[in-house]
Amino acid sequence: MILAYIDQDRGKINEASFEALTLARRLAEQTNAPLHAVVIGKAEAGLTARLGAFGVSALHHAQHEQLNEYAPAAYAQCLVEILDAQKPDAALAAGTERGNEIMAHVAAKTNLPMAANCIAAQAGAAYTVTRLRFAGSLYEEAKLDGATKLLTVAPATLSARAAATAQTVTVNTFTPQLAQADLRARVGARVETASDKIALGEARVVVGGGRGVGSAEGFKELEELAALLGGAVGCSRVATGMGWRPHADQIGQTGNRIQPELYIACGISGAIQHLVGAKGAKHILAINTDPEASIMYKADYAVIGDLLQIVPAISAEIRKRRG
Amino acid sequence: MNILICIKRVPVVGRKIQFTADAQEIDTSSMGFAISPHEGCAVEEAVRLIEKHGGAATVLTLGPVEAEEQLRDAMAIGVDRALHLQTDGREFDPIATANAIVDAVRADGTPFDLLLFGNEAADTGDYQVGVRVAHALGLPCVTGVTALEIHDGRATAHRQVPGGVEIYEVALPAVIAVKDGINFPRFPSLPGRLKAKKKPLVTIEPTWQNGGLQKTSLLNPPEETHQVVILGKGPEAAPKVVDLLAELGLL
Repeated sequence: MILAYIDQDRGKINEASFEALTLARRLAEQTNAPLHAVVIGKAEAGLTARLGAFGVSALHHAQHEQLNEYAPAAYAQCLVEILDAQKPDAALAAGTERGNEIMAHVAAKTNLPMAANCIAAQAGAAYTVTRLRFAGSLYEEAKLDGATKLLTVAPATLSARAAATAQTVTVNTFTPQLAQADLRARVGARVETASDKIALGEARVVVGGGRGVGSAEGFKELEELAALLGGAVGCSRVATGMGWRPHADQIGQTGNRIQPELYIACGISGAIQHLVGAKGAKHILAINTDPEASIMYKADYAVIGDLLQIVPAISAEIRKRRG
Repeated sequence: MNILICIKRVPVVGRKIQFTADAQEIDTSSMGFAISPHEGCAVEEAVRLIEKHGGAATVLTLGPVEAEEQLRDAMAIGVDRALHLQTDGREFDPIATANAIVDAVRADGTPFDLLLFGNEAADTGDYQVGVRVAHALGLPCVTGVTALEIHDGRATAHRQVPGGVEIYEVALPAVIAVKDGINFPRFPSLPGRLKAKKKPLVTIEPTWQNGGLQKTSLLNPPEETHQVVILGKGPEAAPKVVDLLAELGLL
């Protein structure tokens, strides 16, 4: 059996789970094994049908009053119980913050090896996996051993695809045995950000600024353009380092990963650590004084010149056309 | 309080990465090295906590002889002592790394209140060494931490998630894996560097083991071959940009 973890946060499915499920199904097909899924806590309506369409034949649904709030070791315990009872050949999760964290706890509890952020896997006595290093600037091929191979799937590297034929899903609800130690680290409180602000990871347009913006003031022009396009403002590490923007706005290896239709990179030279965060962008427009900047090797479109003149001109042109 | 910080020496990579002839390693002959970014923030966080609450900080790395440079860098900004788990350059996988760290912590005997890790190393991105160490030592663990407060033997940790912040509270001792953004690391001063040269550094030789994740080769991602379309120069290019926005359905 191949097991896929479907991550959800208070009833909302993380869509990257279906990318992991797609790789899990390929492994199930390679090994001629059934595909099972595991979900924890209150499940979204229609989830079973969606899983069936992806080829899942059984859903293990963990329910426990202590699982309503996220607790990484307790969530991992749900998977460990399935590993103990059903001995899957592999267990997969999305390589999101949570997916990687839960799988790391599963790996630690079972002392099994784990390969994070894979983009491909080939079943065998040991699995051959291709995984990301340097957040994707580099690939690694590796052998992954273990009675159950534990892997996470790098988000936005393979497309979620439904199965050729849908399955009928058998639901198995269970209550995991949680130890006190599993509940020591858990979400105790939350602070929600204002809902009128569009999240960087979800924005269709991201306007990013780097060293070329020159000051915190300069970002006002970027804010204005983003507001006109219903987008979000991001920045490079230089901009957070200079104190122009909060770290929460940073795009890159140690910040946010974005996947907009268009990324407008203003005054950003294009360090590889920044570009890996923007890899999910469908199109990149670079605005830069330097036609030889690294960003030009990744950009689809460019305007050469001072962003502090160009960005306001674009905003003005949008207003003019909208009348 | 006693704090342990686990760091990793990583190459600072540029746009195109070259490999050694056997594709086993990055050719680092023309590269600089640094403390992996999340872990650089862990060092800074430890120094700030010691400045505020008193105590001592120990920095640990598992790496080749050259990794002493990163241990000295950490001591130059205020860490008191270092443990060097010195390798012959062979890569330790996550299980081997975690086991070596756990052995060293036990042998050292310092009752650490806080074990700080980076969320993931910049190079291997394994996302698991801190969690494994926490389980082996029977400690609670919070990862992805972007703000940390210590009070009355407890740690309050913030973690950025889409749409807000999750707040965790755990009793010490605990393992905390931090992320870039929790602080902005200071640069070492010259007197700091001189002092660091004299601070105690203990060298340990850990045993290599195959933990079950073994690299077979490194490769570059497929090259994207595309040409950038120059829409124009200066503010006069604005109409062309707006044409593009319209074409992409973003107006």
